[in-house]
Amino acid sequence: MTEQAATPDSRQVVTPTRVVAGLCLIAPFVAMLWVSSYAKIEPRLIGIPFFYWYQMLWVLISTVLTMTAYKLVQREQRIRKGGAST
Amino acid sequence: MTLTPSASLATARTDGVNGIALAVFIFFFVAVTVMGFLAARWRKAEQSANLDEWGLGGRSFGTWVTWFLLGGDLYTAYTFVAVPAAIYAAGASGFFAVPYTILVYPLIFTFLPRLWSVSHKHGYVTTSDFVRGRFGSKGLSLAVALTGILATMPYIALQLVGIQAVLDVMGVGGGENTSWFVKDLPLLIAFAVLAAYTYSSGLRAPALIAFVKDGLIYLVIAVAIIYIPIKLGGFHAIFDAAGKAFAEPGPTGKPRGELASGPNSQWAYATLALGSALALFMYPHSITATLSSRSRNVIRRNTTILPLYSLMLGFLALLGFMAIKAGTDTHGNAQLAIPQLFEDMFPSWFSGVAFAAIGIGALVPAAIMSIAAANLFTRNVYKDFLKPDATPAQEHKVAKLVSLLVKVGALIFVLGMDKTVAINFQLLGGIWILQTMPSLVGGLFTRWFHRWALLAGWAVGMIYGTLAAYGVASPTQAHFGGSNAEIPGIGQIGYIGLTAIVLNVVVTVVLTFVLRALKAPDGVDETSPGDYTADVGDKGASPELPPAAVGSASGH
Repeated sequence: MTEQAATPDSRQVVTPTRVVAGLCLIAPFVAMLWVSSYAKIEPRLIGIPFFYWYQMLWVLISTVLTMTAYKLVQREQRIRKGGAST
Repeated sequence: MTLTPSASLATARTDGVNGIALAVFIFFFVAVTVMGFLAARWRKAEQSANLDEWGLGGRSFGTWVTWFLLGGDLYTAYTFVAVPAAIYAAGASGFFAVPYTILVYPLIFTFLPRLWSVSHKHGYVTTSDFVRGRFGSKGLSLAVALTGILATMPYIALQLVGIQAVLDVMGVGGGENTSWFVKDLPLLIAFAVLAAYTYSSGLRAPALIAFVKDGLIYLVIAVAIIYIPIKLGGFHAIFDAAGKAFAEPGPTGKPRGELASGPNSQWAYATLALGSALALFMYPHSITATLSSRSRNVIRRNTTILPLYSLMLGFLALLGFMAIKAGTDTHGNAQLAIPQLFEDMFPSWFSGVAFAAIGIGALVPAAIMSIAAANLFTRNVYKDFLKPDATPAQEHKVAKLVSLLVKVGALIFVLGMDKTVAINFQLLGGIWILQTMPSLVGGLFTRWFHRWALLAGWAVGMIYGTLAAYGVASPTQAHFGGSNAEIPGIGQIGYIGLTAIVLNVVVTVVLTFVLRALKAPDGVDETSPGDYTADVGDKGASPELPPAAVGSASGH
């Protein structure tokens, strides 16, 4: 339980990468919890009201954002480990 | 999911048996049963009589197996029946399931890798194991474990309700005049099969069956979302018909529903989505599926591919509107909307496939849930309180037995009581499980919270949530009529669980200050900061299993 204690300091630092990753993870909360921004019927997409297709679009957007966060965190980890594979 | 179906589920069907659909259904059911028993041999470790093997599949699952397992676990048969049913009944408000599942993944991404690491390092099987290790408090750990078991039981019961809905539509649910035994026999058989292979194969069974389940579900929804709108004259016609239907007065005299969330229901929509997202990965079964994965990165990678299920759920929800347009006759029971729509729209054989998808969709989560509840009981009640010197083999044996007991309990729930009881408890379960969040998530990031404060906060959240839910009336029931109530101080209608968790956190924070000032004794923390970021391959966190063909999915 002691051998891991050497690294925590370097892990706590707020790096620009982490801020961007954090924003990617927070964005879906802002978009989805702000219900009045999308609670309308028009414009429709192939007949589907905006309310529905917009939220489903956000499934895709949030996926891209999570993937970005994943890549960023991954890259940072790899740099920290000095190129060791994950 | 915390949904409030508006009508009783007890309606019996008398249309007669749909032979072809039933044959297809039975075919898939038998295939899955065979798989379930064979699963015991899948990636079997040499030393298998312990809880890590039975209850966590040897912590060996790679990205794809975890994807199927988590997907099969979180998107349950009840979800497939209840989400479109909610849309069918009231429109926009039922669609909260989509933002809910969108928000789940950033949360998982942030919290669960830490839980995975610390659990891997210390051999934790349940969240309560972690809470006990982190805060050195058996009492708090017991509270978390009991909440988990209590919240999971009705969830299992609802899976059986999902199977029942399908059986009813196929005509094998029996009529009013048949005896209870004949009526419930198909359900009893399904249940016995489920119990048997869970008992023998543990988590490997649902992991393997999940491949079939999700394959079928994706197929059915892809077909449904293209085929049914074409038959019904396109989405324009579908939504126009739905808009018209929702404008009609419902049982309360107000319009039955709305196509987009109105100003008075937006708080409820948002709080329900957020609260449900927070609650989802507090559930023992989501944790079990997560801890069974092979590495931290398997979890993170999964948060980028699991949203595929959310997309599917969104399409599935739209089927609720199609049922309105198609004029599906649900006999006053909205829960039957989707199975009935399938039966009306599809040729018999494909209805059979669709019903099999829902039926198997119930078996996977029911198995995982019973395993998760069994893990909790074994580790945090049996080992911590009843028999501290239990050997791994004894733990293994107890867990297997408890998984049976839990399922019997769920069965009694479904058969013995009105279906609404199961739904009420499921609703409460969501509120309850959310109250374990400060201990778990708080514990993952900080040790500042005092264990007694956490316990007090939990108790306050539980009591408030239960009382508030009790006070909600609906047109059909006087109590537990829904999961929304007025938020004190804000005056808007919102999800009770979220209000309760806010109260919970406030109490926890205030009491922590008080207890710190009084120098109340802290428990012993057996974890160290590095444990939370440890990964496979790091010193002291090596996989304890021979890496048997990980990642290559062999379940097709």
